[in-house]
Amino acid sequence: MSRRRISLRQELPLLVWLVIVWGALWQDFSPGNLLFGALLAVAVARLFYLPPVELSGRFNVLYAVPFALVFLAKVVVASAQVLYLAVVRGPRVKNAVVAVTLRSHQDLLVTATGHVISLIPGSLVVEVDRSTSTLYLHALNISSAADVDNLKKEVRAIEAGLIRIMGTKEELDAVRLEASA
Amino acid sequence: MSPDATGMDYWVDLVSAVFMVVGAVMSLGAAIGLLRFPDLLSRMHAATKPQVLGLFLLLAAIGLQMRTWWVWPVLVVAWIFQLLTVPVSAHMVGRAGYRTKHLHRELLTSDELEAVVQKAAAKTAREDDSGDGSKK
Repeated sequence: MSRRRISLRQELPLLVWLVIVWGALWQDFSPGNLLFGALLAVAVARLFYLPPVELSGRFNVLYAVPFALVFLAKVVVASAQVLYLAVVRGPRVKNAVVAVTLRSHQDLLVTATGHVISLIPGSLVVEVDRSTSTLYLHALNISSAADVDNLKKEVRAIEAGLIRIMGTKEELDAVRLEASA
Repeated sequence: MSPDATGMDYWVDLVSAVFMVVGAVMSLGAAIGLLRFPDLLSRMHAATKPQVLGLFLLLAAIGLQMRTWWVWPVLVVAWIFQLLTVPVSAHMVGRAGYRTKHLHRELLTSDELEAVVQKAAAKTAREDDSGDGSKK
């Protein structure tokens, strides 16, 4: 195995996350326990080496906090909507499979977008085309072409939100340009 | 919780009671959806969304009732793992379900994936026939 080594800076988010999980599982955040967790995290990251996740190097907390709150609200709405459809419509629900092309070609952003839209109202990722970064979504309760357009707009808006949080500089500029146009 | 109870404890109990009932209703909703939706893909919606919120509410109720700060990190980690794994499993089941045609096409108002899948299938078949993988 002669994979390109990644720098400690790139690996740091993973290590921090592993230490947090370690502390949470022991329910003990004392310095000694955290230090031992950190040693284990480094050992695990070295032994079970995964392909590095390409981070863009920026993370905007000012956008992340409102995004997380809106996401939580949308999860609530999604659950209520699915509950309503299950009870009222049931077997007569109309669906659609929709293709949405994303702006970003980063694996991390495409994955994050896919995760978020799987948990918000009405959509589920059925297929991903990595080469063109196209997501194929199965959408619940879609009965007209206008609904399809709304869904596409919403997915692109979510991707724009994620790019504002952690996209690369070029993607961010593209999103800003689009928003101002 | 006695009816004349006031102050912090009363509100904590009230909020966690509401969270538990609503969380249980959400899990019930997921079960109803699994029974009533017509095909695999729409059932996956029922299996992912209400369940995630239901778990969130129940974990929050546990956190409120335990009244110690150190349970919160475990609960948060549990919920984050749920958020990370649920869309992945739904995607894997959905993808396999779509390709093995476990869906009711007459219930779809539009399908922008069908042509792509058929094209890919035709391409694979052509390559198998000619026995030449390099042909585009």
